[in-house]
Amino acid sequence: MITYSFLQHYWWFIISLLGGILAFLLFVQGGQSMLFSLSKTEDERKLLVNVLGRKWEFTFTTLVTFGGAFFASFPLFYSTSFGGAYWVWMAILFCFTLQAVSYEFQSKPGNVFGINTYRAFLFANGLLGTFLIGVAIATFFTGSDFIVNKANITEQLTPVISQWQNPWHGLEALLSIRNLTLGFAVFFLSRAQASLFFINRLNNPVLEKRSRKYLLINTLPFLVFFLTFVIWTLLSEGFAVNATTGVVAMEKYKYFTNLIEMPVILVFLLLGVVGVLYGIGRSLLSEKFKSGIWFSGIGTIITVCCLFLIVGYNNTSFYPSINLQSSLTISNASSSLFTLKAMSIVSIAIPFVLAYIFYAWRAMEKNRTDIDDVNNDSHAY
Amino acid sequence: MDLLDASLVNWSRAQFAMTAMYHWLFVPLTLGLGVIMAIMETLYLRTGNEEWKKITKFWMTLFGVNFAIGVATGIILEFEFGTNWSNYSWFVGDIFGAPLAIEGIFAFFMEATFISIMFFGWNKVSKKFHLASTWLTVIGATLSALWILVANAWMQFPVGMEFNPDTVRNEMIDFWSILFSPMAINKFLHTVISGWVMGSLFVVGVSAWFLLKKRQVDFALKSMLVGAIFGVVSSLLVAFTGDGSAYNVTQHQPMKLAAMEGLYEGKKGAGLVAFGVLNNDKKSYNDSINPYKFKVEIPYMLSMLGYRDINAFVPGIKDVIDGGYETSSGKALSFTEKQTMGKAARQSLADYQKAITAKDTAAAAIHKAQLKTNFPYFGYSYLDKAEDIIPSVPTVFYSFHVMVMLGMYFIALFSLLLFYTYRQEIEKTKWLLKAALWSIPLGYVAGELGWAVAEVGRQPWAIQDVLPVQAAISGISSQSVQITFFLFLILFTALLVAEIRIMLNQIKKGPEADH
Ligand code: HDD
Ligand code: HEM
Ligand code: HEM
Repeated sequence: MITYSFLQHYWWFIISLLGGILAFLLFVQGGQSMLFSLSKTEDERKLLVNVLGRKWEFTFTTLVTFGGAFFASFPLFYSTSFGGAYWVWMAILFCFTLQAVSYEFQSKPGNVFGINTYRAFLFANGLLGTFLIGVAIATFFTGSDFIVNKANITEQLTPVISQWQNPWHGLEALLSIRNLTLGFAVFFLSRAQASLFFINRLNNPVLEKRSRKYLLINTLPFLVFFLTFVIWTLLSEGFAVNATTGVVAMEKYKYFTNLIEMPVILVFLLLGVVGVLYGIGRSLLSEKFKSGIWFSGIGTIITVCCLFLIVGYNNTSFYPSINLQSSLTISNASSSLFTLKAMSIVSIAIPFVLAYIFYAWRAMEKNRTDIDDVNNDSHAY
Repeated sequence: MDLLDASLVNWSRAQFAMTAMYHWLFVPLTLGLGVIMAIMETLYLRTGNEEWKKITKFWMTLFGVNFAIGVATGIILEFEFGTNWSNYSWFVGDIFGAPLAIEGIFAFFMEATFISIMFFGWNKVSKKFHLASTWLTVIGATLSALWILVANAWMQFPVGMEFNPDTVRNEMIDFWSILFSPMAINKFLHTVISGWVMGSLFVVGVSAWFLLKKRQVDFALKSMLVGAIFGVVSSLLVAFTGDGSAYNVTQHQPMKLAAMEGLYEGKKGAGLVAFGVLNNDKKSYNDSINPYKFKVEIPYMLSMLGYRDINAFVPGIKDVIDGGYETSSGKALSFTEKQTMGKAARQSLADYQKAITAKDTAAAAIHKAQLKTNFPYFGYSYLDKAEDIIPSVPTVFYSFHVMVMLGMYFIALFSLLLFYTYRQEIEKTKWLLKAALWSIPLGYVAGELGWAVAEVGRQPWAIQDVLPVQAAISGISSQSVQITFFLFLILFTALLVAEIRIMLNQIKKGPEADH
């Protein structure tokens, strides 16, 4: 039965999946943040830039599509969060703008600012892009301070529907330690994933060895921050929605309860975490094992997807406000039934898109890359 | 609630305009050069001549530099709907969000995937697969133009929607009428083809430079030929679809048309101003001062273009405000009538909400019905006075006329280039080569002016008749927007300077040194 509620759940799943894929693809950013530390020579650095440079468009496009899909399916989130937490989103956008030109421009003669400026842009994007996205997503669990009042549209002079109450417009999220833990977890995860990616892609024993070392030193803080965030979240109050009245109230152990009440998600969440740990662990233990990125990548997609699901499903507010009744839920923030239906038909194409991406990726990545490949490539960065 | 700062809306407009105009510096070349280099690669495959491969790769490098900065400027735009036009994003997001999402899923991924094969796959995939990837990159770029233009056309001519007082927003009721609205189709064709004109101008201009320097003559002649043929075709098509744009504007945005022509008082059998200078002394739409200092008119042409009938009545600015003239759907309403209806609609909405809270279903039904009758003019309720619906006439008027003149000039330029190339005299025709070189910036000018016509001309409407810009904004401080405005201005300008210098360097290196 395709009911309105079903479609809202379906679209929340798509958003969650895109969020998961984005979290995985942030390995590009993680790699950028290690550009200066992982490489010691110019050749090494060039090699790193080039292997990452063949993937950056995917991360970027996923971010754009994540935004577009969120707009189409939950427009109230789009207007409330982007228009309210203005500074956080602007900072994120700003550093992605820097990234988009940096690969193409950095090694070209006449680029005005010099190769190191563009690499510093890549570094900045790697650092801020991951961390701030993590913090922004943490507010899905911890809440923000905004008021939504649709009746405002009838006010001639102040017709604005969503009003952010905190004058810091999003930057206040940085003051919450719980938000910061997720920010750091995303940051270190992306670096661990980048190490796995390098192990998989590079045909360079020195960098490969160093990547394994980096894998270890990034995995440890990742685990600490991630577990802190997850345990803290499971133990804390959550924003529960009354299914019949729509009234939002704080509920103890809400996210923990969600996991228990949705055992399938619990199972997948655990599988995801195991996948990440297996990919990392085996790469650390065995010099020969190079496919860690696939396990930890798919694990990341599943884990992050599940985290999104527990904050959206089971009568929970996915974008809560401390002014409880303004909180956004998948039912009060969604598009109309018609639009969700139309978009669901469109979404049938997603597997085809994934299929050709996979095919293209395979066609391009038959061999590992070394510096000779880069030097012989007419489009090297 | 705090009152919103009066300058907020203007800063938000300025920021959107600035970022969009930067985006538009790069997009046309992506669209146009993309097609041209795909044609060149096709010639390579057909002829097996390595020379074509070299040529393709040369243009592809320039494409890559331009593409990157197009992407960089695009992401800001997408999120700006949320950050700066948050009310808009809720009020019409149910309709407007869909094309944006589809654009991401279909167009951007296609581009992102195949562009990496196009750039890095020369030695990794077969020649045919590579050619297919080049075409798919171009098709992806064109599809991204399609979806965003569908969204833009919908703002100019909102169709396929219905206002829902419970959710306080417009909701989609017909997807196909949005996609296939005549405004959308025409906008897509005119805009994408204007990108082809830009691509052609770029290719012939750069080739002309090589010919003037007597470098890489064979490469330059081949490129010139492709550029000139493609240029003739696309400049003719751009004029043809431009006429279609004007026709659509006449049908759906009479005020914009009046501003484009500086027409204050409507008339039957109206002439088209071929060239004119506006009179700065005209202060109000209903003083009797002649709006022109000087003009040259093509008789009956405006009625002909706008209504396909030389005697048709074309309303001027004063008529659109005063109403009373005949239209295909009856007598036109005056501003005051529309404003009254708009206010009634807004009042009915407030009453409806009260009735719902009081659980008075009978009253709610009455208010809902009244709201529905008056909703088409909902946006007028936010306006104070008749002048508010007049866009900046000089901006729109001059932008339009310069764009059209440039359009005519481009047809002549490409025709001459093709003629002399065909006669194999192009190398000797120095003046024409110089003209071609210096016409590259004119292409950018024409495109930017076109958008000024379209976007400034629809002011004050974010959504025609339904939502004026001042009701579309986010509740942030105007200082915040000022700061981001300057941040983006500085960043984009710096990147633009870098882009231009990289381009010039790559061009000077020429096709040989590249590989
Ligand atoms: C190389 C660029 C170029 C050239 C030579 C022309 N145009 Fe254009 N024009 C554009 C590039 C453009 C554009 C940038 O693509 C616009 C902006 C918005 C749009 O729909 O297309 C546009 C808009 C635009 C509009 C406003 C559409 C609207 O408001 O929705 C009209 C009426 C015309 N054009 C008409 C013409 C005519 C009669 C031309 C005669 C040759 C012409 N254009 C040449
Ligand atoms: C890339 C080419 C474009 C250019 C150069 C451009 C140019 C402009 C300009 C000059 C303005 C300011 C008008 C004024 O305030 O007087 C503006 C505003 C705006 N444009 Fe565009 N535009 C472009 C494409 C689009 C598209 C495709 C959309 C929608 C899908 C769009 C949506 C808007 C919005 C929402 C505003 C702000 C509200 C307003 O001022 O009406 N623009 N644009
Ligand atoms: C004002 C509204 C607009 C928004 C929100 C917008 C959004 C975007 C975004 C997010 C990107 C980056 C995509 C990526 O990740 O690869 C992009 C690129 C692109 N956009 Fe826009 N865009 C706008 C206007 C336009 C217009 C009017 C056109 C064409 C008619 C256009 C055509 C393109 C093309 C061809 C690209 C590919 C990259 C390039 O620019 O070179 N866009 N746009």
